[in-house]
Amino acid sequence: MSHNKLTRATQEPAWVRATLLAVGLGFLFFFLGMPLLAVFVEALAQGLPVYLEALKDPETRSAIWLTVVIALAVLPFNILFGVAAAWVIAKFDFRGKSLLITLIDLPFAVSPVVAGLIFILLFGAQGYFGPWLAANEYKVIFAVPGMIIATLFITFPFIARELIPLMQSQGKDEEEAAISLGASGWQMFWRVTLPNIKWGLLYGVILSNARAMGEFGAVSVVSGHIRGETNTLPLHVEILYNEYNAIGAFAAASVLALLALVTLVAKTIVEWRMRKETDMLNAELPGEKTQ
Amino acid sequence: MKSLRLTVSSLFLALASATALADATLLNASYDVARDVYKDYNPLFQKYWKAKTGESLELKQSHAGSTKQVRAVADGLEADVVTMNQANDVEFLADKGLVAKDWAKKFPNNASPYTSAMVFIVRKGNPKALKDWGDLAAAGVQVIIPHPKNTGNGRNTYLSAWAWALRQPGGNDAKAQEFVGKLLKNAPLFAAGGRDATTTFMQRRLGDVLITFESEAEMIAKEFGKGEFEVIHPSLTMQTEFPVAVVDKVVDKKGTRKQATAYLEYLWSKEGQENAAQNYLRPRDPELLKKYAAFFPPVKTFTVDEVFGGAHKAFVTHFKDGGSFDQIYVAK
Repeated sequence: MSHNKLTRATQEPAWVRATLLAVGLGFLFFFLGMPLLAVFVEALAQGLPVYLEALKDPETRSAIWLTVVIALAVLPFNILFGVAAAWVIAKFDFRGKSLLITLIDLPFAVSPVVAGLIFILLFGAQGYFGPWLAANEYKVIFAVPGMIIATLFITFPFIARELIPLMQSQGKDEEEAAISLGASGWQMFWRVTLPNIKWGLLYGVILSNARAMGEFGAVSVVSGHIRGETNTLPLHVEILYNEYNAIGAFAAASVLALLALVTLVAKTIVEWRMRKETDMLNAELPGEKTQ
Repeated sequence: MKSLRLTVSSLFLALASATALADATLLNASYDVARDVYKDYNPLFQKYWKAKTGESLELKQSHAGSTKQVRAVADGLEADVVTMNQANDVEFLADKGLVAKDWAKKFPNNASPYTSAMVFIVRKGNPKALKDWGDLAAAGVQVIIPHPKNTGNGRNTYLSAWAWALRQPGGNDAKAQEFVGKLLKNAPLFAAGGRDATTTFMQRRLGDVLITFESEAEMIAKEFGKGEFEVIHPSLTMQTEFPVAVVDKVVDKKGTRKQATAYLEYLWSKEGQENAAQNYLRPRDPELLKKYAAFFPPVKTFTVDEVFGGAHKAFVTHFKDGGSFDQIYVAK
């Protein structure tokens, strides 16, 4: 019965398949392909030399640089938090677990602009910690640290969200086996847990990285928009556009798009490796498949 | 992991050391299309200051929407000076105690080193023959302006039309409100900001007339080409001011009052005024205004102080909740 259904689903009339394909590809083209193409067309509207000149602008360079710095700076924190949170949630049962899961999702629910304003309330001149920070000469808001904190808030759910279902599906059998064979906690983590989750972790890293580089709202609120100092690429694109510098704006946007494309390729490779590894595992354990 | 940490910390070092070379650093927080003016002005001032005092200054720029900028300064953005495009915004800082209450008297000309005027941008050849505010309220004309309630451009347009109607024979507030209401009915939409309005008019080719700053017309020409549109100066329009102020709280903390004050004063020098003119902002210096008369045809202007009793009063009467704009809009 089920076999019959399966074959019929793949034997739809040709026109149905063609229509579905056309709808899918057409949608992709209009909402992803065209905008992406438009960025490069606009950036190159006055030829390659003008485009390259726009990219040579020191403020654009500094924006590219800062975007990469912030993305790298949030990474260790995100990994640490993501693995710890996923570990606690997947391997242990405790009171308030569902509350913790909800809290992890909070940055998804809160608008990024509101997230930025939260940090102004906390660290701004009139905020709770503002006077203390000012008295001690620490610059948080309208400086790079504030932008890192805001990006951290926006991106921290990605790794945890990626790892929780993976670790839950893996269960704790392997860890228990390691401990009963005499491994210490760290040995178990490095030799059993980490190898099991490494592709999922990498996938989460890539997702949070993509979001960190593209973030606009939260970072815009805490940036202060100092040229050559606290403008990331998305912010720099906006200001160039407002200044009627279309070439500059689209050139900067094209760099951002290229960074996104690199991320996309990395993501595809990771997905491919993940699938391959699962296939290999399944092939090695043929008995388990039928269970 | 270790090498990653090393990279990150060395990145920060590189970032921090880049700013440590000058004798003093000033940050100028400005509105979002001010870049060209100050990009050319900063080297002029650096040279002047170096010759006068031997000090090399680093000048940093921050650009975003005017109101957003003053909020940031109030929240701790350490700008030594603010160079804005609305008196209301500097007033906000004065209310918060960051800027002197009498900031407008600290420098000549209401602390505004240059001005601009609200003008009409029409399509090539002016096909609908739009010459003055009265023409914009005629049937079948589409007017593109940003939202009058929350953008500087929009407010200036609204007040310009109001002032024009007041000065017509038999003009009074009731007639002015009726006229502005008719004009607003001709707006198919309210753009979110000045840049948005320009895109709507130039790129989406919506509407017959765009109302914006005279100085912005030249920026539009830079992006879209001069042959695409014409600039029309109406018979009466608002002289828009660009107020500047030293942020007392910041300069006292950083010890940069001397440099910050000189930075703003120099805007009134021949060099500073000429730079403004070259960036299509009307200089205060009458000789220079004459020299650049090709850019700046004589135009009859009014100031908000003359007609509306100050920016704050104009805001309360017209744009606050329940003000004249809301009355017109609810009626519509």
